[in-house]
Order: sequence, then C-alpha cells, then structure tokens
Amino acid sequence: MPESSLVKDICSSSIECRPSPLRQSSQSSLPLHRNYMLSTFCTEKNVQECLSHISQEVSSLGLPPVWMESGGSSEMNVVAVLNCIYDLIQLHRRGLRTLENMEVEQLKSSSNLDYLQLTSTQLKEQLELSKRENTGLLERERQLQLKVKSLQNCLKNEKEEVQKLQNIIASRASQYNHEMKRKEREFNKLRERLNQLLVDKKEKKQAIDVLNNIGRADGKRSLWKTEKTEAKHEGEMYKTLLSDYDIRQRELLLENAELKKVLQQMKKDMVSILSSKKPTLKDDQHQDDDIQADLEEEVFDSSKESVELYCVHAREKLTNSIRLQWRRLKSHVERLDNQGSLHVIGRSKNTDAVSRETHEEEMDRLKLEIQQCKDFIQTQHQLLQQQLSSPYDEEKASLLSDCYMLQEKERFRDEWKTLEEQRKIFERERRNFTEAAIRLSHERKAFEDDRATWLKHQFLNLSPFADSNKPQMSKSKSAFLISSAPEKLIKRPSDTTSPTPRCVPLTSPSTAELYPTLCLVPENRYSV
Amino acid sequence: MNFSEVFKQSNQLCKVSPDGKYLATCVQYRLVVRDVSTLQILQLYTCLDQISHMDWSSDSLFILCAMYKRGLVQVWSLEQPDWHCKIDEGSIGLVSSRWSPDGRHILNTTEFHLRVTVWSLCTKAVSYIKYPKACQKGIDFSRDGCYMALAERRDCKDYVSVFVCDDWHLLRHFETETQDLAGLEWSPNGCVLAVWDSCLEYKVLLYSLDGRLLSTYSAYEWSLGVKSVTWSPSSQFLAIGSYDEKVRILNHITWKKIAQFEHIATINNTKAVNEICPPPVQVPVVKPDPDRANPKIGVSTLAFSSDSRYLATKNDNMASVVWVWDMQKMSLLAVLEQTSAVRCFQWDPRRPRLALCTGNTKLYLWSPAGCVSVQVPTEGGFQVQSLNWHCCGETLILLGKDQLCLCYMDTDQEDK
Repeated sequence: MPESSLVKDICSSSIECRPSPLRQSSQSSLPLHRNYMLSTFCTEKNVQECLSHISQEVSSLGLPPVWMESGGSSEMNVVAVLNCIYDLIQLHRRGLRTLENMEVEQLKSSSNLDYLQLTSTQLKEQLELSKRENTGLLERERQLQLKVKSLQNCLKNEKEEVQKLQNIIASRASQYNHEMKRKEREFNKLRERLNQLLVDKKEKKQAIDVLNNIGRADGKRSLWKTEKTEAKHEGEMYKTLLSDYDIRQRELLLENAELKKVLQQMKKDMVSILSSKKPTLKDDQHQDDDIQADLEEEVFDSSKESVELYCVHAREKLTNSIRLQWRRLKSHVERLDNQGSLHVIGRSKNTDAVSRETHEEEMDRLKLEIQQCKDFIQTQHQLLQQQLSSPYDEEKASLLSDCYMLQEKERFRDEWKTLEEQRKIFERERRNFTEAAIRLSHERKAFEDDRATWLKHQFLNLSPFADSNKPQMSKSKSAFLISSAPEKLIKRPSDTTSPTPRCVPLTSPSTAELYPTLCLVPENRYSV
Repeated sequence: MNFSEVFKQSNQLCKVSPDGKYLATCVQYRLVVRDVSTLQILQLYTCLDQISHMDWSSDSLFILCAMYKRGLVQVWSLEQPDWHCKIDEGSIGLVSSRWSPDGRHILNTTEFHLRVTVWSLCTKAVSYIKYPKACQKGIDFSRDGCYMALAERRDCKDYVSVFVCDDWHLLRHFETETQDLAGLEWSPNGCVLAVWDSCLEYKVLLYSLDGRLLSTYSAYEWSLGVKSVTWSPSSQFLAIGSYDEKVRILNHITWKKIAQFEHIATINNTKAVNEICPPPVQVPVVKPDPDRANPKIGVSTLAFSSDSRYLATKNDNMASVVWVWDMQKMSLLAVLEQTSAVRCFQWDPRRPRLALCTGNTKLYLWSPAGCVSVQVPTEGGFQVQSLNWHCCGETLILLGKDQLCLCYMDTDQEDK
C-alpha cells in the first residue's frame, strides 16, 4: 500500500529524526518539543495508519496498547491515549534523567580521565626525574668507589711507608744500642784500667830503646820548626793545589776545544745540507738570507777562531746558531718526510712536482757528471791509442827512446867524467906518495944508521967493557937495528941501555908496510 | 801458573816489601824474611811476644812488629840484622801501630785512643797528638807521603787535622759537618780529602787540601747510609757503597753523582757470567737479620782496577757474587757467581785482572778476556782465605788460616 510505505518512510524518517530531538533535548529542556515535527507525521488522511503505527510503537515500548484494532472505530481510547502519553512522558522523563545521569557520569569520567591523564604526565615526569637522579647517584657512587680505591692505595702506600720507617727506626735503634754497648764496654775497660793504674805503684813509663839513630830517608838534615818552615809548608800545599787545578783546567780546556771543533763541524755540515736543498724548497726566501748570513758569519768566525771562541758571547752565539741550524734541519727533514708520505699517497700534484723536481734535478746532475767522466775517459783513451798506434819513426824513435832519461843520462855522464878525472888525480898523488915514502924510508934508514953509529960511539965511550967484538956485533946489531929500529925504538923509547939484537931480514918495505910505519911516525913521537 | 810450597804463618801477617824483593811473614813471635823469587830465608828475627801487626817501612829497609798485648813495638833492620829498636808504650797500652810515609817515624795509638804518639827513629824524639778519634779509618796518609789527615773528636764534635809529615807541623785544623765521622781518605792526587759519616747518616764531605769544604753529598736520609768508600786511581771518581745495595759514583769536577749501580737479584741483560747462563739470571740473596746492628746488607767492598777502567763490588746480602762494572760505559760488565761467599778479591796492580777466593782450595781469576779457576795444588787442602798481589803483578800471595803459598803467573793466561 503506498500509504503504508509512505508511513513507513515517514516513520523511518521520524525514527531517524528521533535522535536529533534527543540530542537537542539533552542540551535544552522540554520547550523544544514544540519544534518537533508534528505536522509531517500525522495528517487527516493517514490517521489510521498513524494510530496503528503509534500503537505498535507503544506496544513495542512495553506500554499498554493505545488502540485496539478490533474496535473498528476511528475513535481512540482517550484514557488509554492519555495514559500512553503519560507513560511516554514518564518514559521520556526517565530517559532524560538517565541521560542526565549519564551525562553527569560522562562528565565525571571525562574529568577523571583528565585528572588521570594529568597525574600520569606528572608521574611520567617524576619518573624521568627520578631516573636522572638515579643515574646521577650511580655516577656519584662510581666516583666514590674510585676515590675509595685510590684512598685504599694511598693507605697501602702509607702503611708501607710506615713499615719502612719502622724498619729504619728499628735498624737505627739496634745500631744505637750496639754503639751504646760498645761505648759502655769501653768505658768499663777504662774504669778498670784507671783502677789498676791507681792501685799499681810501679808505673811503666814510655820509653824507646834504639841501638843507634838512623839517618833520614832522604838523607837531609831535619830542620827546626820555625815560621819560615811553616810558611814553606803552606806554600808547598798551595803549590800542590794549584798544580792540580792547572792540570784539571788544561784537561778541561782540551776537552772544550774538542767539543767546540765538533760543534763547528756539525754546524758546517748542517749549513751545507740546508743550503744544497735551497732551490727546491718553496718558502725559503728568508732562509736563503739566513743561510747567506750564516755563511758570512762562518767565514767571519773562522778568521778569529781561537781567541773569540773563549769568550762567553761567542760561545753563546755558536750554541745558538747550532740550535737554529738543528731546528731548521729538523723542520726540513719533517717536511721531506711529509712530502715523501704525500708522494706515496699521491694526493697533491704540487708537492709531487716539487719532490719529482728535486729528484729529476739530482738525476740530471748525476747524468751530466757521468757524461763528463765518460768524455774524459774517452779523450784519455784516444790519446793513449794515438800514442801506441803512431807509426814507428826510426829517427824519432831513436831520439824519443829513453827521452825521459836523457837529462839524467847527461848528468851521469858528466859525473862520470869528473869522477874519472878525480881518480886519475888520486892515482898520480898515490904514485907521488909512494915515491915520497920510499925516499923517506931511505932517508930514515940513513938517519938511523947515523944515529946507531953515534949511539954506539957513546956506548963504547961509556962502558968499561968495551970489546972489540962489539963493533962486529954492533954491525950485525946495527943491521938488526936498522930494520927493527923503528919498531923497537918506538916501543921502548926510554930504554937505551940494552938494545937486544934481533934477526930480521933486511928487505925493502912495500908500500903497504910503509903506510903503517908512516902512520906511526907522526903519532908516536919517540924522544931520544 | 806455578805454586810454591806452603809455609807457616800466623795472624794472616804476610807482606811483600814495597820494592817487591822480600817477603816478610810472622810465625807466632818470629819474623821471617824471605827472598820473593827463591823463597829462601834471608833473615830471622825473634820478638818478645806474639806479633799482632807487622809492616814494612816505605824504603823496604825496616820492619815494625807490634805486640799489642805487651804494648811493645820492635823495629828490625834488613841491612843490619844486629840493629834493634824497641818502643815500650808502658802502662798506656797500644791499640795500633804504623809507619809514617818517610819510614823513620812510628805512630802508635794508645789504648782507648787517648793519644797518638809519634816516635822518631832518627832523633828518638816524641810528639803527641791528642784526641784521636776511634773510628773505622781515623788516619790516612796522602799517597805522596807529604800529608797526614787525622780525625779528632773534642767536645762531641768532629775535627780533622792535617799534618805535614816532614816535621809533624799542624797545617790545618777544621771542624767537619758530620754527626759521627767514620772515616777519611785522601784522593790519589793528594788534593782532596773525602770524609764520611757513620752509617746512621748518609753524608760524604769533600775537603780541599787547605781545609775548604768543596762539596757535600747525601743520597738519602734516615736509612742506613755509607758502608764503604773508595777513590779511583786517577782521582776522577769517588765510589760510595751504601746499605741500600747501591754504589754511587761522584765525579771530581762537579762532585755530583754521575752514575748509580744497583745490585739487583734478577739480571736481565746479556752479560758474561762465570758459568755462562742465559738471562734472566737469579742471584742468590740472603736476607740479613733485621734486629742486629751492622747488618750484612749493602755494598761493603769496592775496588777499582789500576787503570780506573773497572770497578769490582760485593753486596753483602749476595755474598757469593762479585759484580764488575765498566767505568767507560757506566754499566754492568760481568757478574761472577761463586759456590760460596767470596772472602777476598783484589785487582792486579798492573793490568785489569781480578783475583778472588771463597775460602775453598781454589783461586779464581777474571779478566775481560775470560776467567780461570785454579786449584791450589797442596796436600792436605789449602783453604785460600785471603790474597795479595805482588806489586809487579806477576805473583799472588795466598793466605790460609795459618799457611801461605805463592802463586807465580805466566805472562800468558791459560784458558779454562
């Protein structure tokens, strides 16, 4: 039936509409009922349907029915309707009340919720705080534990110290006791001895008993003790001290000189190393100047080496310059190290170029050197070859052969000539000499003869036993005497009373024999 | 290496004359003088009592024999055996006796160190020096024999007196900054006097010949201090051995420490050891009794070789070990470990060769080239307790308890 469907639709719409009035009613009170859609639900046309619908609804709500269909009349039971309405109103009121209650409940619960939320955030914050506090406390505890450990260590150390000091005290105490006992024992001995001495009547005196005094070790006489000797002793003492100081000072000077030399050498080396690296480094403009200054300084220094270096100023200058050079060398080496490491890593082309540059420069220099050496060797070789392979020129060869020795040969020839001349002269002289010797010997012989005859005469005149035999003997004697006379007379110059005859053959003496006699002549002058 | 036969001696009194020709030994109350090379008895002297101390005069002409119990000193002449000299100290007693460097005076220290009496054998004159100190080493003569330093104690203060040995004139007298002076020693060049305090305080003072204080050295406080001090023959170094088992070397220019040698129980560097062992080597250590005085700990013996190149040391709590230090490199050169405690060691006066003995029948020799151990060939076992080199360096005198034996070295050393 289209009306029922319409009613149903209206009912559904009215049912749908129902929450809205509920909501509205929750916010405001009864008067809104008036805005309820009264007109749209029931019209004059669909009263019956509305009635039936309403009764259905009512019955569904659990209320007594409003309208019974069996009546057939369109008239409603007003009482039932009023009751129904009353019931509905009650229901409605109840509903409203429950709604209110529920709203209140809801409010309460929402406020509870808020409150709980608030408390939960608070508690969370508190928890955070307490956690932080906890970590802080843990940290403190850890630190305190560390402190406790260190204090325990300290305590241990102190205990050890105390133990050590106690040991020291103990050893000192035992040492003191020992000394005390020793002194007491000595004291007792002294007391005993004193007693003994007091009791002893016979006191043995000190005495020395020496057989005879002995001389001093150095043989000198002992001196009296005077001021002069005392002064002398003082002087000697100071002399000893001074000589010792002298020796020590000399040694120290030598040592100093050596060390200074070493330092100078080091400085020179360092400067040379640094200056050779000059062109390859980038930021060494100021270094160049410094190195120049240094070199000049060095030249300046070496000129007045010995005297200047003894004064403090020069010494300081030297040590400062050494330090400066050393620092430079260190920085340079560090730089090289860095460059080397960078080169290995291969980071910066710039630095690469620098190192490679130096490298290449070195290489070039070395190559140049090698080339020079090779050229030199080549030229030498060529010359040598020329020398060896030149055509054999007779004339030249003869001239050139022994050309090195020419001068010497000339010299030798001249010397030989002079020597030859000298030899000839010597020969001549020797011949003259021998002739002179022979002559001399003859003359001597004659002289000896005369002497002998004279002596004979003398003897004969003197001696009472002048015999006629004597002249004969004397002849033979004289013969013996002649040859042996020089020797005999030389040997016994003062013995003239008994010349003993000797048989010596009279031969002409050779040059060799004459030489010794001649030599003897000037040396052994015999006085007649 | 040849060994002579064994002779008797008493009291370890056996000395070679300074000129190296004669050997004097004491047997009870007799003094026997032998020729060093032939060992024939040249002279025999008889003293009045058992000889406590015997010494040659510097010119090898006289020998003094001191008998402490009797308070007597007898002097014998080698040239004139009939010559005699007797010094009687009388009631005052005798504690030590020594020659003066000129060989003509005898210095006797009386009992209780009351005074030092200087007897002159030339003039029979007597001089007295009062208040000598009773300490480890209270008198020292300079090497050239010109000066004598004497430690004195007056009014609880230490003094040093320097005398001119010529006429015993007092040259200098000064107070030292020591608590309790234990010893003094001249440097070999005679210009510096090293003075050290007792072991209760580590203090070494260096005085110039004219009495000026040059320097003070103190390595540490409170612990036991200096145990031994020695100069190097070149006077360049002063070696100080102390109870802390270390040796400190001072240099003669600044008197500051230039090196410190520690005697540690475990040696790690590769060194020459007597038995060549791989490092690390453990050295046997004996802990001394802490309650006793003068504990057996610390460096008690120091000896420089004649060229000052090496220093041999002995640490008392490692008594079986001798340590040899190289003075050019300032480091440990060799560790000589023996089977028992080393009793005596001495450097050859001519070359860097160290002889040591441990109380057994062996003699040990060490040189940078190597080491040798030689058994002393005697019947009945000769226990070498101490040794002395002859001044020419070719002969060793070995002393046992009451025996002596000479050892003649060849010019070339045998290898082990």
